[in-house]
Amino acid sequence: MRNFAIALIVFAGFMHLLAYSMIRRYVGADVGHELATIVVVTGIMLLLWSLLLAQAMELITRVLYSRSDLDLILTSPVSSRKIFSVRIGRIALEVAFFAMLLAMPFIDVMVVLGGARWLVAYGVVAAMGAVAAAFAVALTVALFRTIGAKRTRLIAQIVAAVIGAAFVIGLQIAAIFSFGSFSLAPIQSAWLIGHVPHVGSPVWWPARAVLGDLTAVILVAAISIVLLGAAILVFAARFGDHVVAAAAVSFAVVRQSGWSSSLRRRSASRVLRHKEWTLLRRDPWLMSQTLMQILYLLPPALFLWHTFHNGTDTYVLLVPMLVMAAGHLGGGLAWLSISGEDAADLVATAPLSPQRIVWAKIEAVVGAVALIFAPLVAALAFASVKLALVAGAGVMIATASATLIQLCFRTQARRSQFRHRHVSSSRIATFGEAFSSIAWAATSALIATGTWLALFPALIAISILGGIRLISPPVT
Amino acid sequence: MHSPTPTAIMSRTRRPVALAVRGLAKRFDRPAVDALDLTVYGGEFYVLVGPNGAGKTTTLRMVAGLLRPDAGSITTGAIDALADPLAAKQITAWLSDEPMIYDKLTPFEYLEFVAGLWRIDSGEAEARARELLGWLGLEPHAHERCEGFSRGMRQKVALAGALVHDPKLIILDEPLTGLDAGSARVVKNVLRERVTAGGTVIMTTHILEVAERLADRIGVIASGRLIAEGTLDELRHKTGKTAASLEETFLTLVADPVVQPVAAE
Repeated sequence: MRNFAIALIVFAGFMHLLAYSMIRRYVGADVGHELATIVVVTGIMLLLWSLLLAQAMELITRVLYSRSDLDLILTSPVSSRKIFSVRIGRIALEVAFFAMLLAMPFIDVMVVLGGARWLVAYGVVAAMGAVAAAFAVALTVALFRTIGAKRTRLIAQIVAAVIGAAFVIGLQIAAIFSFGSFSLAPIQSAWLIGHVPHVGSPVWWPARAVLGDLTAVILVAAISIVLLGAAILVFAARFGDHVVAAAAVSFAVVRQSGWSSSLRRRSASRVLRHKEWTLLRRDPWLMSQTLMQILYLLPPALFLWHTFHNGTDTYVLLVPMLVMAAGHLGGGLAWLSISGEDAADLVATAPLSPQRIVWAKIEAVVGAVALIFAPLVAALAFASVKLALVAGAGVMIATASATLIQLCFRTQARRSQFRHRHVSSSRIATFGEAFSSIAWAATSALIATGTWLALFPALIAISILGGIRLISPPVT
Repeated sequence: MHSPTPTAIMSRTRRPVALAVRGLAKRFDRPAVDALDLTVYGGEFYVLVGPNGAGKTTTLRMVAGLLRPDAGSITTGAIDALADPLAAKQITAWLSDEPMIYDKLTPFEYLEFVAGLWRIDSGEAEARARELLGWLGLEPHAHERCEGFSRGMRQKVALAGALVHDPKLIILDEPLTGLDAGSARVVKNVLRERVTAGGTVIMTTHILEVAERLADRIGVIASGRLIAEGTLDELRHKTGKTAASLEETFLTLVADPVVQPVAAE
């Protein structure tokens, strides 16, 4: 507990330092005249708000499809309208708290440098959370009524992932095509400043509120309360009906007339891999996470095309990005395959050696990651075969490392616990996975630039894996 | 349950042994199974009963290969299950009280997967799968994902998976837990059918009426040891209450501090 508290304090200190380096020149802005500042702040707030909206949609979807206490609450003497009003309100509070946590380093720096007036920013950020919750309820219920209960779960998760990523990705794509690098420069362009509403427009109220305009703070707070109240008033009454409909949905029918022809001449290992890939393919949350990983690779992919097209050689930056993404995705897939085995007894009582079972699961994970990253690595090969080989090797090694870590700290869990895996998994495994991916990404980047210094992060990555192997619990 | 004649008792000992457990022991923080001896004959429906914590589940999990015993031997058919676990698993099936299947697979896909693990000929397995799905009333749901199934349906899918590879020994731990009367009846009928066809079933249950109706022999386990074994009449004879129900017989046996563990046959 003490170590965790120390780590938290160190992390918080680092975040505050980062915030200081980013925003110190904006703290003394004259909110009445600095349109450029207001535009930048608005852009950053839109980024934060898109993340909040994505999180709120995820939470609303869970309320809609969770059956854990459904029978209890719907048979209780409390009206479902009151129950779901409270639940929507709770989600708004959760999202608002999350927003304040994210913004805390920046607001604290502003308070220290600019005075106590900046404390109002906490209220503005909380208001953003409330508005995000209101929009999330409306959007999710609209999906439910448009496409039905069966499809809403998957589509809502995908929409949440896309919304969460869209603003960041859009900004980066604009930066790539206009400036040829990754930066926030598009928000600061003269063209944009010349085409946005004047500084007194209501559009800028949130930014002006964050920058200390008291009138704007009151207006933003009032609007957020009105929007959240309206969302609760309009949607809470029928939310119970939607929840019941979601619980009663009949599940997907798979069209299949006979035994799969691909399995007619099959080894047990092939059968195991086929099962793993089928389960991965049919997991909506996993699909949304994978889609998000791929979406975040879109700017680097366009960057690749843009720089190759223009004959520059800065695409070496793509290599560590691909390796990091592969490590992250591989860790999740490895957990699903190794620890999230829903029929553990069946597999354990099958006439297969434990080693063969484990190898089949490893092959399933590595194969899935290879399938996802192969197109990007192949595209990189058009620019440089050497870089493509380095990226490909890095992707496979990062995936294998994440899988090894999961093997060392395997648990007995269900696939449905995947979204909480970091809570139930060992912290050593969680940090090991993250640091291992970073080390292999650094190794790949340095190999791509042709320096022998790549040896150092590689040794760090190998040490991490060796250390994890040494301290991992014995397999029973 | 039928009363054995002397001829039946003699013929039982001439049947092949489907499962022989000798001196089986397993300890966690205390002895869970303690020098257990158990014999189940081919074509027999054997039910293991005992109070909570007696060691029934631990015993069956060791027989199924899910736990490694601290001591003792397990012979499945003619196979030493500890020396050659894969060969033993090839002819056994395990079904737990909690149906462990894959939510995102259909029953048809699940049976396909199980048949693949046991390397059953695909034509033969497909035909058997369709037959089992029909027997268990799952044919209308054969191509629906299991995530929407009730507990009874999930248990039937798991049972179909246990039977699709035609095991010689079927090991079940409380298979009727949480099932409605209709589903329980179907499961019992299918298991009885397997035994009639020459298979062997060893099962635990807390529902003594089930044991009374289905079992050819009953084993009573307490404190990790088999303290009584036989047909219902034989168990009654041990307690001296010839007209007692299985419940009374069982309660008498587990309450009696001087009952000695049953020796191997």
